[in-house]
Amino acid sequence: METLAFDVPAWPGHRAGQHVDVRLTAEDGYRAERSYSIASAPDDTRVELTIERLEDGEVSPYLTDELRPGDAIELRGPIGGYFVWEPSQGGPLLLVAGGSGVVPLMAMIRVRAAAGSDADTRLLFSSRSWDDVIYRDELERLQNGHLTVVHTLTRSQPPDWKGYARRVDAEMLAEVAPSQAVQPAVYVCGPTPFVEAVAAALVGLGHEPARIKTERFGATGG
Amino acid sequence: MDALMLDGNAIAGLLQEVFGVEMTTAVGTCNGCGTAGPVGAVHVYRGAGTVLRCPHCDNVLAKIVKVDARVWLEMTGLRTLEILL
Repeated sequence: METLAFDVPAWPGHRAGQHVDVRLTAEDGYRAERSYSIASAPDDTRVELTIERLEDGEVSPYLTDELRPGDAIELRGPIGGYFVWEPSQGGPLLLVAGGSGVVPLMAMIRVRAAAGSDADTRLLFSSRSWDDVIYRDELERLQNGHLTVVHTLTRSQPPDWKGYARRVDAEMLAEVAPSQAVQPAVYVCGPTPFVEAVAAALVGLGHEPARIKTERFGATGG
Repeated sequence: MDALMLDGNAIAGLLQEVFGVEMTTAVGTCNGCGTAGPVGAVHVYRGAGTVLRCPHCDNVLAKIVKVDARVWLEMTGLRTLEILL
């Protein structure tokens, strides 16, 4: 994972959860385009993307390996208005992330912190191992009485690990999520099978489908 | 469940290019089951073109094919599309 910061002249600002399309054009005119969630809270003309390098990808290896400070690339955005959260919407808020699906949710956590919001927010974050946890230190720092971060490590765990060590399931969601009775706004982002399983479990726990917003990464070559 | 399935968020850029406005919050009504919902929540499959399916009944809502500066839209599976201008 690499975080790249771009200075985008005349950037109109963005909302947490929105993304940009990055377009690369080769010398022969061949074009490749990919969507990346914006990781940063709105901050003037600065836009940060956290990019997972996919070995056989067309775009991500270029961005993470070739791009140098000062290079210019073509960005289109901000894009999207459905999978967004703004501090004015308040809480309670349940965020469920699978791997790099945490990126748009991190933008929500960051904008929430920047706005000084005390909306009750819980992040349930599934990673393969402790070393794979994206934004680990920053999440530790941001935790307080109103922001709870719960990790589950699905493949390997540190020797003294006392947290969850399995895929997200209904039992885990029942323990971590605010009750459906308080009608939390729910945002789920990750690979498609992860999102399907989490959304189905949440509906099974009685959460209103219309309050569960999902964003699927699929298995597209980035 | 298809691991390659995406959702309307994934084609927000394409739709914005075609329609000129933010489209994931537009509300479409399925011509199959009559369910209305936001474009951001529809199921999306990408191949040579893009296929949008109803998340409730799997009916094909629309197909989009873009080649260079030309776009073909087939939307017979959509009864209505409510767009906020």
